[in-house]
Amino acid sequence: MTTYETSTVVPAPRRPWDHTRSTAVRVAVLVFLSGIFSSVINGLTGLSGFLGWYLGLAFALPVIAFVGSVRHGWNLASDRIATALITVAFAAVTIPWVSIFVTVYQKGSKAFHAKYLTDDMRITPSSDLIQYGGVAHAIIGTLIMVLIASLIAVPLGILAAVYIVEIKGRFAKLVRFLTQAMSGVPSIVAGLFIYATVVVFFGGFSAWAGALSLVILMLPTVARTSEEILKIVPDDLRTASYALGATQARTTFRVVLPTVASGLVTAAVLGIARVVGETAPLILTASYFVAKSTSLTEPIASLPIYIFSSLGLGDDNATTRAWGGSLVLLGVVFILFAIARTISTRLSRK
Amino acid sequence: MQTTDSPVAPREVHTYYTRVDRVFRGFVAASALFSLVVLMLIAAFLLYRGFEIFSDFGFGFITNSKWDIGNPEDTSTAVLGIGAMLVGSVITAFIAIIVAVPFAMASALFIEFYAPRFLRTVLTAVLDLVAAIPSVIYGIWGYVVLLPLVEDWSGTLYKYLNWIPIFDVQTPIFGRSPLLAGLLLAIMILPIVTSVAREVYGQAPRDLIDASYALGGTKWAGIRTVVLPFGKSGLVGGAMLGLGRAMGETVAVYLTLNLVFKTNFQILASAGGNVASLIANKFGEATAYELKALMAAGLVLFLVTLLVNFLATVIVNRSRKIV
Amino acid sequence: MTRMDNNMNNDVSIPEVIVPSMPADQSQMEDRTQRNAENLEVSRRGGLEAVGVHAWFNKHHALADVSLHFPENTVTGLIGPSGCGKSTFLRLLNRMHEFIPKAAMAGEVLFEGNDIYAPGVNPIEIRRRIGMVFQKANPFPAMNIGENVVAGLKLARVKTDDKDALIEECLTRAGLWNEVKDRLNAPGGSLSGGQQQRLCIARALALKPEVLLLDEPCSALDPGSTLRVEETIVQLSQTMTIVIVTHNMQQAARVSDYCAFFLSEGGPGHLVEADLTTNIFSNPSDQRTADYVQGRFG
Repeated sequence: MTTYETSTVVPAPRRPWDHTRSTAVRVAVLVFLSGIFSSVINGLTGLSGFLGWYLGLAFALPVIAFVGSVRHGWNLASDRIATALITVAFAAVTIPWVSIFVTVYQKGSKAFHAKYLTDDMRITPSSDLIQYGGVAHAIIGTLIMVLIASLIAVPLGILAAVYIVEIKGRFAKLVRFLTQAMSGVPSIVAGLFIYATVVVFFGGFSAWAGALSLVILMLPTVARTSEEILKIVPDDLRTASYALGATQARTTFRVVLPTVASGLVTAAVLGIARVVGETAPLILTASYFVAKSTSLTEPIASLPIYIFSSLGLGDDNATTRAWGGSLVLLGVVFILFAIARTISTRLSRK
Repeated sequence: MQTTDSPVAPREVHTYYTRVDRVFRGFVAASALFSLVVLMLIAAFLLYRGFEIFSDFGFGFITNSKWDIGNPEDTSTAVLGIGAMLVGSVITAFIAIIVAVPFAMASALFIEFYAPRFLRTVLTAVLDLVAAIPSVIYGIWGYVVLLPLVEDWSGTLYKYLNWIPIFDVQTPIFGRSPLLAGLLLAIMILPIVTSVAREVYGQAPRDLIDASYALGGTKWAGIRTVVLPFGKSGLVGGAMLGLGRAMGETVAVYLTLNLVFKTNFQILASAGGNVASLIANKFGEATAYELKALMAAGLVLFLVTLLVNFLATVIVNRSRKIV
Repeated sequence: MTRMDNNMNNDVSIPEVIVPSMPADQSQMEDRTQRNAENLEVSRRGGLEAVGVHAWFNKHHALADVSLHFPENTVTGLIGPSGCGKSTFLRLLNRMHEFIPKAAMAGEVLFEGNDIYAPGVNPIEIRRRIGMVFQKANPFPAMNIGENVVAGLKLARVKTDDKDALIEECLTRAGLWNEVKDRLNAPGGSLSGGQQQRLCIARALALKPEVLLLDEPCSALDPGSTLRVEETIVQLSQTMTIVIVTHNMQQAARVSDYCAFFLSEGGPGHLVEADLTTNIFSNPSDQRTADYVQGRFG
């Protein structure tokens, strides 16, 4: 008969399954050998440059992983090949991302000068020297249109989410489905629609028309994100409010929405990030104007069109301006994402 | 107590809404149906503005590849058709899908099953960020950075594979070709396809993965037998979503594909186009009649992408429901 | 209970009747005791042995200092209230523990005298030799019944000479052959819950493991299916070592030779007492064990 007693000395926890130093050495040797192998391949064939070398690596890595493990059986070898291929493929995917960020930064920063963010292109042709002109008009135009679009799309998007999650109405499924369908509307079609209605009826391109075309593209993002956010509100909260005799309207506006207010801000920010760089619809609705303007009924500049129109000229200075605009635009998207991210992590910590 | 043969009929309980709530519910419902109204209005207005084109050319507008306004004073001399553009939309979108899907699968598997935990959250955020890079930036990058590379690759492909019809060209000059546009679109849709695939793979049943490990399976064996079969329909849905995006893309294709009104299956040749870039291209100097044709083209594009997205949504939703 | 004893050495299938689970009666106990007496002679070097095993999840100390020996060809029941670390302990025995993020462990698990957590040990090999059946039956939905049985071989890319013979052998040993022999091409999910669980046992058997770990295999089954799975376990124990986690006292009494009682008491789960099943149920040395097996808590 045995009775076991818990000893008072507790050993240190260990994780014997973690990658050991020998695994790290194995991977390092594998990558090193593949690198050499790839250089040899590049020397023998016509491949060149970083991409050629990477292609050789992508070929060599699974092969060497296979050769190194096949003596342990096909079971382990297939696992090693899969790991090598999946890692190589993912790393390949990041190459264009890195290239985009680096290129935009390198080429875009050349367009910057002291007054780049405060001057407009009123008296500066796009092909003029870089130290003249700026993107202020485009920033102002983008801000105006995005602001108007948000004022319309954010309430509508949140209400659509409220309909699906809170009211659970007869058409809840239909509304969700339509929102998803709407997110697939090509941006140029949204532009054409606003052109065919607003621009034609009111006789010309305008900031108004541009903002309305952005509403169509922004609404689905806001609605979907808000829906996800509203779903995380615990039902106890609603029940508690009803039990206190509150109406559904009061429950929604005073209890549910304030609880997830910061989440709804995230939804709005993501919606803005989605449309701030839209180009195609603005060509058809807001057009472009070289000077700072705040008029809603006249054509207005925007960052994407500034980039697009500068690029179309083929002139070196104009192309540099296009990269400069890209850097500003990418910066704006970056900041919007940082805001959304900060808010949503703060929300999840609650 | 309720029993099956109870003589008492069950009472129906009706929720009573106060007047405030009825107004509130009506108001919310009305706002929620805004998307329905917009979708219907888009179809209605594009049809209204482009109706003349459909009645003039009928089905030929879709099949014909010629775009000739003829005498601007006399609309009867015009021959307008978007056949070549539709073919171009399909070809570029298919190149994008064929290239993007394997990479998206690998990336989704990497993020979900291979990356260390801290990297997983970082990569998910990066995926969202690159999905939000404006298409005009992808376009300028494609035009400036990708174009010379693809020109180079096209030369190699032509040199060794020109016996395959799609890699053949009349004159070996490569430039803004369907291959370039297709590859750029592949890079653009990769984040969305990866996101969908990652989400679906993440929902693969843990107990089946455990079963595969308990039977002495490796990580890859578990992925092959459990995760990939489970995520198949979700991946198809994600790919369709990407297809819809790729077909509707305007600016990036405008910048990286030479607009030529000719049905072109030679993906290395510097000729092609898609419906969306046609609209952006012709809009500036369009005659009144041509504008109507652009509206009609917009309607066709709208309906095609709506169909693709409809199918994608159904497939993705169904794969979610299984979970 | 006599039904089960009769069935121990032949493969007669049982008619489809629901047999309610019954309390262990005395004849059953005596029968187990006899077998236990023989097993005690088995050399201590064989089988599976845990030595001072601890488990952590993140910072949470889930299991403390468990030392337990599983002699060859015996059934050991792990009993105790929920959350006392039984399942954690079981998953430590074939290296399934490490799939839980931020898990850690200490101590040794000796399989035929060698530590399975030693550096250089291939966990895949360990899992093939120490099979596992889970609480919820989990046949692969994309495979039919026959394919499910040989799924382990397919996963490990092992070639078999006669797949059909292996399928029949494993399904027979799992007590399922007569019920499914005419529909081996049906999907695994088309079976009843009890049949699915026996299919999972057959799937584990196809790899010819030396040890079989069962994590509450009957908790989701009706009494009739439960009884049939128990018969399978008793039959298998003639040729392999079996460890079974169970919440069902009667089940532990019916199938196991040894019982180990775990308890957490607010701190990490630990082993209170391990002994012959008869002793645990009739004459436990610890008052807490007596309270638990008599249903006073848990």
